[in-house]
Amino acid sequence: MARTVAETIKEITRGHLTKNNGLLLGQAITAVGWVNNTVPDCKGIIELSMADVSGSGIAVGAALAGRRPIFVIRFQDFLILNGSPLIYYAAKTKEFFGKGTPIFVRAIASEGKGAGPVHSGKLHSIFMHFPGFRVSAPVTPKEYETAWKDFLEHDDPAIVCEHRASFDNKDEIADRVTGRSDVTIYAISIARFNAVRAAELLERDGIKCDVVNIVRLKPFLLNDRLLGPLKSSKMGIVVDTGFEPAGASQSIAYELMFAAGVPVKALGLADRSVGVTPGTENSTPDARRIAEAVRTEYGKRRGR
Amino acid sequence: MSSISSKGSDPKRSPDLGLIRGLSASFDAGGSLEMFRRICLIRYFEIEAARAWKDGFIKSPLYLSAGQEAIAAAVSVMIPGYNIFGQHRAHSVYLAFGGDPVKLIDELLGRPTGCTGGKGGSAMIHDPAINMAGHHGLIGENVPLAAGFALGSGRKTVAFFGDAAAEEDYALAAIGFSSTHKLPVLFICEDNDLSILTPVKVRRNWNMVDTVRALKVPAVDIADDPWLIAHHTKELIKDLPAFINCRTCRHFWHVGAGVDGPPEWDRFALVKKELDGLKIDHGDIEADTERLVKGLWQERLRRL
Repeated sequence: MARTVAETIKEITRGHLTKNNGLLLGQAITAVGWVNNTVPDCKGIIELSMADVSGSGIAVGAALAGRRPIFVIRFQDFLILNGSPLIYYAAKTKEFFGKGTPIFVRAIASEGKGAGPVHSGKLHSIFMHFPGFRVSAPVTPKEYETAWKDFLEHDDPAIVCEHRASFDNKDEIADRVTGRSDVTIYAISIARFNAVRAAELLERDGIKCDVVNIVRLKPFLLNDRLLGPLKSSKMGIVVDTGFEPAGASQSIAYELMFAAGVPVKALGLADRSVGVTPGTENSTPDARRIAEAVRTEYGKRRGR
Repeated sequence: MSSISSKGSDPKRSPDLGLIRGLSASFDAGGSLEMFRRICLIRYFEIEAARAWKDGFIKSPLYLSAGQEAIAAAVSVMIPGYNIFGQHRAHSVYLAFGGDPVKLIDELLGRPTGCTGGKGGSAMIHDPAINMAGHHGLIGENVPLAAGFALGSGRKTVAFFGDAAAEEDYALAAIGFSSTHKLPVLFICEDNDLSILTPVKVRRNWNMVDTVRALKVPAVDIADDPWLIAHHTKELIKDLPAFINCRTCRHFWHVGAGVDGPPEWDRFALVKKELDGLKIDHGDIEADTERLVKGLWQERLRRL
């Protein structure tokens, strides 16, 4: 029977803690659903106090001791406080001291349902910005297993951007490429679910779309899988779960555009804070918003 | 002004704080002379480093330990084999615990043969040969790192930091975490009363020892007399974690080799006076160490 993403995380964690001498650290992780049932009840779990910066430093210190800790950040917004020891220490030791500091950061995103300004952050862009991290955004069981394997094969700090909306997912998501598209849609994290539906809406309007998944955010490798569809399209669009200005969507759109010589639009969260009440939220672009952005941009170019 | 500006800021600031009458006489001459040798090594290294900085050979920020050398010298004699987490002002720690002076000279000169590959400079000393984890430069960051390392490894660990770094919320929280988990960490605060030039009394109305004791960690507040530090280190390491606040005076500026005035007290001179009183001949050790250090500096500078 296929496993969900949450079950995959839990199984990987259990193996690491019981067989690999691993550690798992985090705040309030062994209560209230054990982080959406992703944390196993076994040895090797350290409940941190609510002191964010020191907690992160302690997790990094455990990484220096060779425990390859899993560090759970229940809501990515908390990474602003927890980021300092990760950015300023863990990500720099390889360059300065010749040895990496492998720590697996489970950076969990969520949105909607009143998540609001400090429980709905998607901050992968920040960690793409600083040197020294490996950043990924898996939303399927196999992608998560790949992210974990990548962590074990390297000695860098890994920022793994999870999203609660993917935890129940059991399905793998392949690229949808025909090579005859008008538009190539690139999507990150749970925007990938919306991108598939957006492509279906756009097909009805006669706009043919390829959909390409982006899981590995850093190091970001411009390979044929990413560039091929774009080169045979009239335009591309990168859809992200995070804020659009100076974020992953704009950064990756820039890379793609220069590599392929094809215009690529960026689409992410609007440049405003996230409210808690309906109408004030600022969520990942849904299928309708993606389709509308494509129609507008594609229409402009056809009209030329 | 450096240390003279803090004169009279705290009635506890005294070269005699916590002194135990007759304590130095209870040490054998060999132990006293070994502490003195390490003090001399640091003092003459720093004199040469200051000269090299003034002469323009050192082109990066320089954080000199002169004046504070008795702390690292005494602690290092009592806890060989501990894992070390120093701070930005750590020439003294590195040299006292057996770090290679040549590698430190090369580091200050920006050479690839330096202890941090010539990339980190004065504030980022790192050397696995003496189990000294690198510092990145953010004051106090080493305190949670030390706690996490002790948690992950179970190994005895020492963290050195200043009175300003001790105010970092993450430093205090990490001491609290060490208390909660009974971690084998010795915390050493080199309390020179200054954050650059701002004395403690301007920054806070509480003191570290009371605060650390409130976190249920044994703590003492003493002057930087090496016999006193060695005595308390020996006692406190029987039941870690523990904290020692050492009142001391830095002779040079916070950064660089400038001097604004005489220090509140000159521990180097006081130690020699104490050795004289004990009728322990120390002249040869001082002369030999001075000659050795000068020779090393001259040899490395000749290679420029």
